[in-house]
Amino acid sequence: MNLLRLISGRTATAPVARERLQILLAHERGLRGQPELLGLLRAEILAVVSRHVVLDPEKVVVRMERGKHVSTLEVDIEVPNGFERSLAAAS
Amino acid sequence: MAKVLVVTSGKGGVGKTTSTAALGAALAQMGETVVVVDFDVGLRNLDLIMGAERRVVFDLINVVQGVAKLSQALIRDKRLENLWLLPASQTRDKDALTDEGVGSIIADLRTKFDWVLCDSPAGIERGAMLAMRYADEAVIVTNPEVSSVRDSDRIIGMLDSKTVKAERGERVEKHVLITRYDQARASRGEMLSIEDILEILATPLLGIIPESQDVLRASNVGSPVTLNDAASAPARAYTDAARRLMGETVTMTVPLARKSFMNRLLGRRAA
Repeated sequence: MNLLRLISGRTATAPVARERLQILLAHERGLRGQPELLGLLRAEILAVVSRHVVLDPEKVVVRMERGKHVSTLEVDIEVPNGFERSLAAAS
Repeated sequence: MAKVLVVTSGKGGVGKTTSTAALGAALAQMGETVVVVDFDVGLRNLDLIMGAERRVVFDLINVVQGVAKLSQALIRDKRLENLWLLPASQTRDKDALTDEGVGSIIADLRTKFDWVLCDSPAGIERGAMLAMRYADEAVIVTNPEVSSVRDSDRIIGMLDSKTVKAERGERVEKHVLITRYDQARASRGEMLSIEDILEILATPLLGIIPESQDVLRASNVGSPVTLNDAASAPARAYTDAARRLMGETVTMTVPLARKSFMNRLLGRRAA
């Protein structure tokens, strides 16, 4: 087959197609489950923190960054000033 | 027990309707009672491929809406007496299909047929969702080409999450059917190989349908390719696939078209 390729002067493109698909689908399959997972994480984090601190639910942000080697989960919770006092009062 | 099988793909133009007609006719030839159901509301074509376009009076939507009885909408094939067609509506909006309506028709068809083959529209919208909704098995029609493989992957994800079976925690049995395959191009490295596609989709193979001019020839005359020329390469490949659906073990081969001596000499693809 290599001989054929030499004669025709064309290179095999199927391996390129295969590699592109593998990278793309790994990414898309990751995204597919993501909204549910993030929603669930957000709800549970909110529930745990709310047990101790009064929170504005809208100030809880859960974000997923997918990298080539590592992915990061970012949880950003904004708490109102003086929450330590409400913590002290509760305990 | 009746089996409901959806023929789907995500991408358009890969051969869903051709495959539905060919597999339906092949199963009927094996003695099974088969109905092929067109879910492509607004763009029906299964009637044309089956050669029944002038016999359509009532359609799927009429039955869903109670305008016609199921028995009035079913069209019996002129060649095989145990093969039937339930056409889609050409004029109605696809929103006329409801989940409950489709559910009750499928339940009704289950009592009358051995096989209910649902020809899905392209895309991932409502029509495609409803076509797969009540399926026990799925045939994912895939061309050896990047966009088709990507869309098949998406559809596989939907089959695993949006079907009634998936919601019950069961699994829809999935099979990949590779169509328009060109062995020569694949071995030259110009086309994704069968192994590449199966590895990427991680789904078992039902059959390999070679690229062939017999498919167009059959659709020109309104005959499923398995009936039009049973000895042709695609017909043999579809018949093998149908036998695998019946649970038979059939060696996986790529049926080759018979080439004339001159064509072989000139390296032309078979006509």
